[in-house]
Amino acid sequence: MTQPLIEVRDLEVHFPVGRTMFNAGATVRAVHRVSFEMGRGEVVGLVGESGSGKTTLGRSLLRLIEPTGGSVRLNGKEVTGMSPADLRRARSDMQIIFQDPFASLNPRMSVGEILSEALHLHSIGSRADRRDRVAALLETVGLPPQAAERYPHEFSGGQRQRIGIARALSVEPAFIVADEPVSALDVSIQAQIVNLLAELREKMKLSILFIGHDLSVIEYLCDRVIVLYLGKVMESGTVAEIYQRPRHPYTRALLDAAPQVDANRRTDRIMLTGDLPSPVSPPSGCIFRTRCPFAQPECAATVPPLETKGADHRVACIRADEIDLVPG
Amino acid sequence: MSAKLLDIRDLVVEFRTEAGLLRAVKGVDLSIAAGETLALVGESGSGKSVTSLSTMRLIPEGVGRIAGGEILFRGRDGTVRDLVHLPGREMAGIRGSEIAMVFQEPMTSLNPAHRIGAQIAEAARLHEGLGRKAARARAVEMLKLVDIPEPERRAEAYPHQLSGGMRQRVMIAIALVCNPTLLIADEPTTALDSTVQLQILVLLRRLQDELGMAILFITHNLGVVAEIADRVAVMYGGRIVEDAPMAEILTAPRHPYTRGLLASVPRTDHAARAAGRRDRLQAIPGSMVDPLKPPPGCDFAPRCAWAQEACTAAVPVLEGVASGHHARCRRWREIV
Ligand SMILES: Nc1ncnc2c1ncn2[C@@H]1O[C@H](COP(=O)(O)OP(=O)(O)OP(=O)(O)O)[C@@H](O)[C@H]1O
Ligand SMILES: Nc1ncnc2c1ncn2[C@@H]1O[C@H](COP(=O)(O)OP(=O)(O)O)[C@@H](O)[C@H]1O
Ligand code: SF4
Ligand SMILES: [Mg+2]
Ligand SMILES: [Mg+2]
Repeated sequence: MTQPLIEVRDLEVHFPVGRTMFNAGATVRAVHRVSFEMGRGEVVGLVGESGSGKTTLGRSLLRLIEPTGGSVRLNGKEVTGMSPADLRRARSDMQIIFQDPFASLNPRMSVGEILSEALHLHSIGSRADRRDRVAALLETVGLPPQAAERYPHEFSGGQRQRIGIARALSVEPAFIVADEPVSALDVSIQAQIVNLLAELREKMKLSILFIGHDLSVIEYLCDRVIVLYLGKVMESGTVAEIYQRPRHPYTRALLDAAPQVDANRRTDRIMLTGDLPSPVSPPSGCIFRTRCPFAQPECAATVPPLETKGADHRVACIRADEIDLVPG
Repeated sequence: MSAKLLDIRDLVVEFRTEAGLLRAVKGVDLSIAAGETLALVGESGSGKSVTSLSTMRLIPEGVGRIAGGEILFRGRDGTVRDLVHLPGREMAGIRGSEIAMVFQEPMTSLNPAHRIGAQIAEAARLHEGLGRKAARARAVEMLKLVDIPEPERRAEAYPHQLSGGMRQRVMIAIALVCNPTLLIADEPTTALDSTVQLQILVLLRRLQDELGMAILFITHNLGVVAEIADRVAVMYGGRIVEDAPMAEILTAPRHPYTRGLLASVPRTDHAARAAGRRDRLQAIPGSMVDPLKPPPGCDFAPRCAWAQEACTAAVPVLEGVASGHHARCRRWREIV
């Protein structure tokens, strides 16, 4: 088997909360023993309700947040534990696109400056090279070359997101974390950006960890999906498996809650009650059990291991074999 | 024909901005029957919120004004009044008691310093004239109505102690305390997780069954439209470009913008995918109308695949397509 581009093993990210001089405080396990791999050119969707740890996981892969434990390898090289100099070099292989196209671009820099900043930082190319590169980047993301002279506030939300994507692409990374890159955009503009990302994955063989909550976008764009709940992987598998043969009650509930553009309202939905429990004191046993319609006393006693069920399909539910969750 | 509860005719709303006069709403016609849910959809800046704020007469004075049209509202006593010209005091009587509103971000409309029970009770005292004790009982009753568990205990909570979904339930409780005949909900679920959004939509449907109010539901999510609406009005650049019963909008749209919106929603064909194919999404090219520099003629023409020269010569009129279905497009007959 060829070496995966990204290998994540038992990744942990903990945050101290409520700590004061007199109080030891508590710990939030925002990411809890997460393991997965991504191949070159593969696009993986990361889904789960807000607070489930998607952003924390994505950022910790790039060490924008320091992992508490576990390992992340990029091209076989250990990213966790890299020296600052090595990490800076590795960053030209790993980039991030943010949700908010308004907040993530420096308003005082022209688009040309924004796009050549990273090239400068990584000492890539001469001045003339960089100018050509900026023009090429703008073309790649569907903006006119004159855009280089203009400033972020002169662009619409969708155009700014294109600039954000161009900035991430500027160092020719192999891996991109895209944290809800289309969530702030209108539907019609969202489709333009989704098309752009789909095009880039084909043309550049980019690997993308796509964080999102619009399940129809994830289904369209991704090869595989990871479902996160309170920092833990509940289920992972290929898009076809997850959408057509979900095996975890949480996955099915997420699929059922996704608004469908269909005049006939479904009647056999699994609807979750309540909200995500407090991450400071998560439920014992199966972390999902307090909202699970299939929970039994046993679910409170055992932590369900993430078990392999068929090719590239993993599920953490002790009842996965007895309950039928295939949507009707 | 069932009497209209709300009948907005040729509404025009303008704002004075540094860059010049901005016409946010350019002649909107919209009506809602008693007990019906009308979804108002359209992209950011199309004028959805301005239309609904006009109905509540909440357009900030001095900055903006209703420059034309009428907003006819049938009161509980059966009389029809034009809200545009209603004296402020009378409008205040209607606001909150006959027409109520919930917004996207409940945190900005709830008072962070007061317990939620007290805030609901306050609304009950203000609009219903209830005494202290009765208002307090009413608050608990309302919390129960919106499915908040342990309502007596939760009444003592402050807004920040509740989740986003719970806060939105509290906002709905406050809005419904006086049993309004019209509830305006401006993207009430947009900030919520889809799991919680579904809970709120199901709750609103149940409350409508029980209480019978009409709902003007503003959203930009067509999936949410399918979940909640009886009828749909699609807005673009400050005008209604199409309206029809929900199923008809989703299955037989006649305006190119409506069609574009529907085509923008990703749909995955797993069989094609297994064969290695991924069809491009039919995105609408270009971007929103700049409201300070609207294009001549049809607002959608610069992004429209059907546009002809005539489209830029005059603004198309809203024509009847079928019973209860209108489209503002010169070419709707060819678009099937
Ligand atoms: N107070 C104001 N001052 C100046 N312009 C305003 C004001 N309120 C709204 N506008 C303008 O009116 C137009 C319509 O705005 P509106 O808030 O109704 O859009 P919307 O359809 O509700 O959009 P969204 O989906 O983003 O909520 C926009 O161009 C907006 O910038
Ligand atoms: N800097 C931080 N300090 C403390 N807790 C944090 C911090 N960042 C995130 N968290 C917590 O970690 C959990 C996961 O958050 P996040 O990764 O933002 O989730 P998502 O992106 O899925 O919404 C949440 O409980 C959140 O409150
Ligand atoms: S282990 Fe039990 S509680 Fe957890 S998902 Fe499965 S059935 Fe539900
Ligand atoms: Mg996040
Ligand atoms: Mg609005």
